[in-house]
Amino acid sequence: MHDTPAPLVADRRETSGHAAHPAHAPPEGFLRKYVFSLDHKVIGKQYLDLALIAVVTGMVLSWLMRFHLAFPTTSIPGLDKLAPNGASGGVMTPELYLSLMTMHGTIMVFFVLTTAPFAGFGNFVLPIQVGAEDMAFPRFNMMSFWVTFLAFLVLIAAFFVPEGPPLSGWTAYAPLSALGKDAGPGQGTGQTLWAVSIALFCIGQLLGALNFIATTLDLRTKGMTLSRMPFSTWAWFITSVMGLIAFSVLLPACVLLLLDRVAGTSFFIPGGLVVSDRLQPHSGGSPLLWQHLFWFFGHPEVYIAILPGFGIISHILPVFARKPLLGPRVLIACLIAIGFLSYTVWGHHMFLSGMNPLSATLFSVPTLIITIPATIVTLLWIGTLYGARIRFTSAALFCLGFISVFVTGGISGFFLAQPSIDTYLHGTYFVVGHFHFVMGVAAMFGIFAGVYFWFPKMYGRMMNETLGKVHFTLTLIGVYCTFMPMHYLGLAGNVRRYSAFTDDYMKGSLPLHRFITMAALFTGAVQLIFFYNLIWSRLRGAKAPDNPWQATSLEWSTSSPPPFDNFGGHHPVVSYGPNEYGVPGPAGDYVMQAPSTRPATT
Amino acid sequence: MASPGSPARTGVWIGIAAITMSFAAYTSALVVRQGAAPDWRHFRLPPILYLNTTVLLVSSGTLEMGRRRIRREAAWGTGMPSQGVLWLSLTLGLGLLFIAGQVLAWRDLSAQGLFLATNPSSAFFYVLTALHALHLLGGVAALGYSMHRLHASAARTPSAALDAASLYWHFMGVLWLYLLAVLALRL
Repeated sequence: MHDTPAPLVADRRETSGHAAHPAHAPPEGFLRKYVFSLDHKVIGKQYLDLALIAVVTGMVLSWLMRFHLAFPTTSIPGLDKLAPNGASGGVMTPELYLSLMTMHGTIMVFFVLTTAPFAGFGNFVLPIQVGAEDMAFPRFNMMSFWVTFLAFLVLIAAFFVPEGPPLSGWTAYAPLSALGKDAGPGQGTGQTLWAVSIALFCIGQLLGALNFIATTLDLRTKGMTLSRMPFSTWAWFITSVMGLIAFSVLLPACVLLLLDRVAGTSFFIPGGLVVSDRLQPHSGGSPLLWQHLFWFFGHPEVYIAILPGFGIISHILPVFARKPLLGPRVLIACLIAIGFLSYTVWGHHMFLSGMNPLSATLFSVPTLIITIPATIVTLLWIGTLYGARIRFTSAALFCLGFISVFVTGGISGFFLAQPSIDTYLHGTYFVVGHFHFVMGVAAMFGIFAGVYFWFPKMYGRMMNETLGKVHFTLTLIGVYCTFMPMHYLGLAGNVRRYSAFTDDYMKGSLPLHRFITMAALFTGAVQLIFFYNLIWSRLRGAKAPDNPWQATSLEWSTSSPPPFDNFGGHHPVVSYGPNEYGVPGPAGDYVMQAPSTRPATT
Repeated sequence: MASPGSPARTGVWIGIAAITMSFAAYTSALVVRQGAAPDWRHFRLPPILYLNTTVLLVSSGTLEMGRRRIRREAAWGTGMPSQGVLWLSLTLGLGLLFIAGQVLAWRDLSAQGLFLATNPSSAFFYVLTALHALHLLGGVAALGYSMHRLHASAARTPSAALDAASLYWHFMGVLWLYLLAVLALRL
C-alpha cells in the first residue's frame, strides 16, 4: 500500500495559488519579522507563547482557589491588594472564588487547550508536514493570532474593572450571565468583557480553521495524497472542520448574549425575575436556549482540545516505538467518527437542566457510542507499543502519560454518560476530576509531548532530556495525586463550585482537600523545571540536527529551524506514507516520506 | 474559471459553510425563542424588502454579465476591460443600494414603534437583517478588491479573486432569500 509510486498530483501552488498566496520573500524589519509576521512558523510560536502566558495565569488562579479550599480562614498575603472588593483581609469571598473559577476555566479552555495544541503546533507544523511554503491565506493567519491576542487582553481586562471578573463559570449560563450588575459582582462590565472576548476568540479561530482546511486541501505537495498525510495533520484537519462548525455557533450565542446585556432584548432572560430586589425588565427568554447553543459548541470544543493531542500522540508514538502505528486507516476513521459524533452528544451536559428525560436518553446513547472509537484509538496505541523496543525520551514518556491519563479520565466518562448516575454525580467533584483528567491533563500531556518532540525543529536546539524525564515523572505523580482523589470526593457527595467546606456534613472532606491542594501546588512547582528547560535549551541547548528522532515526516526533511519558505526553494516530492518504521531504509530502520529532498543528518 | 484547487475558491466555500452554520444557529434560536413564551408579536414585513430582494438578485445577474464580458475581452485582447468593469461597478452599486433599502426597512419598522428590544420578533428581524448586511459589506469589499486586482494586472484576465468574490456574492443572494423566507413565515 505504501510502496505504490507517487500519483501525478499537480503541484497546485504553481497553477492557481497566486491569488491568495502572494510571492513569498522573507520580510525585513523587526515588526514584520517577529510581530506582525505572515510566516506560519512565527504565528505558531506566537500562539504557543500566548498559551504559555495564559497557562501560567490560569494555574496561579487555580492555586489561589485550591489554597482557599484547603485553608478557608487563612489570609493570602497581598490578595486584598489585588482584589480589594473580594478579599478584605486577604480571605476571599465566595463571589471572588467563583470569579477566579470562571477566569481559570475560560483561560484554560479557550486560551490554552485550544490555542496550544491546535493553533500553536498546527500552525507551525501542518504546512511543513504537507510540504507547503505557508498557509493558504497568510494575512488571515496573522489576523487570526492578533484577534485571539486581543480577545485575551479583553478577558484579562475584566480583572481590572471595579467589580472584577464575572462569576458565571466558563459556561456563562443564562440568566446569570445575561442580567448585568444586579446578578452579582463582576456580572456588570466583567461579564460584558467576557462575552466580547469570547466573540473575538471565535472570529480568530474561524480564521484559523479556514486556513487549516484550505491549506490541507489545496497546498499539499506532489505525492502528498490524503492517505500519506501524517496523523497529526489529519487530526488538525478534522479539528479545524469541527472548529469551523462549533465556533460558528458560539459566535451567534455570544452576539445574542451581548444584546440581552446591552440592548435590552430577552433572548435568554425569562420574565418575572426578581434579582437583588429588583424586577428585571425582561420577559419570555429561554435560559435553556443558551445551554443548547453553548453546549452545541461546548462538547465539540472538548474534542477540539483533545483531538490534536490524539494526532500528536499518534504521530510521535511510532517514532519512539520504532514500529509503524497499528491500523493507520482505522485510526483516521475513528478520528472522523469522533468528530462527527461529538456533534450529537451536547445534551449530556444538560441532564440536570430540566429538559425532557427522554431527550436525556437520546443524548446518552451517542455519548456511550463515542467511547467506542475513542477506545479503539487507545487500543491502537497500546497495540503499537506491544513488542516495541521503546526509546524512552521525554516526548515518548509524555505520550505514555497521555494514554494513562486519557484512559483514567475516559473511564469515569462511562459512568457520567448515564443520566441516572449523572444526576447524582453531576454537581460533584467527580465531574471536576473527570474533565481535568480527560481534557485538561491529557491535552496538557499532548502539548508537553509536542514541545519535547518539535522543540529542536522550532528553535534548532535540543531540550535537556534529563530535566524532561524528571519533569514527566513528577508531573505524572502530581496530577494523579491532584485529580484522582476528586473522584472519591464526588462519590462521597462533595459538591463542586463551593468556595469552602467549613460547616455541616462536608467538613470531613477537608483533609482530602488539603492533600489535593498540596499536590496541586507541588505539580505547579514542578513546572518550573519545564520553564527552566525551555529557556535554558533555547539559549544553551545542543545544536539540533535536521532529524534528531529519525522520524519520517516532511518537517524532518528540512533544516532545524526550517528556512523562511520551509524547504529552501524546492518543493519536496513525497513517495511514501508517514508510517514507514521498522523497515530497512537508507539511514536506518525507517524510510522518509520524501527521501530525495535533503539527506537527513542524524 | 480558476482550477478546482484554487485556495481562494476553497476559502469562500469554507466561509460559506461557517456562515450557513451561524445563520442555522440564529434560526434555531428564533424557533426556540418563539416557542419559549407566548409573547411573540407578529408584524407585517416592510414592503420595501421585496424591492430590495429584486435589487440583490439583479446584482447577481449584472455580476455574471461583467465576468462574461471580462473573459471575452481578455480572450480578444482588447486591452481595457471597459464594459466588464462597468458591469462590475453596477453590481457594487446595486449591492450598496440593497443595503440602503434595508436601512429604509429598519426606519419603516422603527416608525411603527418596533425597535430591537420591543419584542423578540422585532429583535430577530434586526439581528438577522443587520448581520446579513454586514456580510454583504464584506462582499462589497471583496468585489472591490478583485476589481482593483483586475485593474492592476497587466493581462486583465479574470482572477481567482474575482471568481471567489462572485461565488460569495451569489451566496449572499441565496442567504437573503432564505432569511426572507424565514422572516416572512415566522414574523
